[in-house]
Amino acid sequence: MKARVALVLVSHSQRLAQGTVELAQQMAPQVLLLAAGGMDDGALGTSFDRVYGAVSEALAAADGVVVLADLGSAILTVESVLEVLADDAQHVVLADAPFVEGAVAAAVTAHGGGTIEQVLASAEHAGSTFVGSGGESGQNAAGDGAPERTAADGVVERTVVVRNPMGLHARPAAVLARLIAGFDATVTVNGVNGASVLELMKLGATGGAGLVLTATGPQAQEAVAAVVEAIEGGFGEL
Amino acid sequence: MTLDVAWAQRWAREAARSIADAKVELVELDRQIGDGDHGENLNRGFQAVVAKLDAVTEPPQMIGDVLKTIATTLMSSVGGASGPLYGTAFLRAAKVSGLPELDSHAVVALLEGALEGITARGKAQVGEKTMVDAWSPAVDAAVAAADAGASPEEVLVAAEKAAAAGAESTIPLVATKGRASYLGERSAGHKDPGAASSVILLQAAVRASEDAA
Repeated sequence: MKARVALVLVSHSQRLAQGTVELAQQMAPQVLLLAAGGMDDGALGTSFDRVYGAVSEALAAADGVVVLADLGSAILTVESVLEVLADDAQHVVLADAPFVEGAVAAAVTAHGGGTIEQVLASAEHAGSTFVGSGGESGQNAAGDGAPERTAADGVVERTVVVRNPMGLHARPAAVLARLIAGFDATVTVNGVNGASVLELMKLGATGGAGLVLTATGPQAQEAVAAVVEAIEGGFGEL
Repeated sequence: MTLDVAWAQRWAREAARSIADAKVELVELDRQIGDGDHGENLNRGFQAVVAKLDAVTEPPQMIGDVLKTIATTLMSSVGGASGPLYGTAFLRAAKVSGLPELDSHAVVALLEGALEGITARGKAQVGEKTMVDAWSPAVDAAVAAADAGASPEEVLVAAEKAAAAGAESTIPLVATKGRASYLGERSAGHKDPGAASSVILLQAAVRASEDAA
């Protein structure tokens, strides 16, 4: 399934825009990600024509477009493009989000079939996800491999141990977030939203760390089973 | 003398000539408190505007058509923040100038549109050492002149004089918006380059009106 929402990444630097596309694309291969970086001659700056072209191309291919921009005049350039697009701009939004983190989070949500509102929210929450940094360590939630149990209130709980040595770094975190987003269930991993790639990464869960999964919703059982299988499979890194 | 489509085209060409003449001065002003590229960027933009006007095959019917060409060309060819700022100024001015000729109140509307475009992008207010310090008094003076029965040309002159005084008033100010704000107190004592180029653009509009046959 092709994602409904495309992303345009606007940076003063051509290479920064392209590199961010590369990074986010790895985690969200089915999303149209377009880089609009640098001036027409490749120098630092933002080009109205490049941004206009990328937004137009994205609009032609997707139902909605979320734009991320890096600094100062990049934002002004995007706003100018939206002003010139006038009515065509109603399916385009500029996210108030950190460039790299926002792009990754938005791309993963778009990959899961998210709406423009959901993709925008993922990008904009990316800032608060990193506030304070660090977060809960995966280590302190180490469990004893307790079997799955369903509590009286319909919550499915399960403990699983991370098997790949590198743990939940960016790529596995994106795999898990996409997997979870595909189920009609709400899944938490050590208390954080399992559908959020950034929150999963922030757990800092390394190899050997225990993860407590909880799930609610119609597909809670299936979601937990799939997550356990993915984690125990080591994300292809064993 | 009328402010018609030919005037708008002369305005663009006058602006390009004046910006080219003032390039070194603008670069110098911007070097004091910015990154020194304002004169270079604007000159590139207005040279592109002239090339665009030269290349037009179908003569524009309305003043707004000319202003829109200026707007989109500046957006495409001026790097840095002044492209979107002036681009949006001319775009909003174009929106209210779908006319073959401007009367005094239409001149006011054009200037108000330009100011609105600059504040929509830059979010600056008077006293923050920006272009707004030239455009805001220019609009006030234009309103007063039009209300007092001045001709369209006299409205432009009133706006240009007020803009020039406004630009001078930025010298002692400490910048709180834009690149110069990184300098804090050290930004005081220099004229804002954006306010200075705004005056040049309005002076060009006046000169273009004087050239009218």
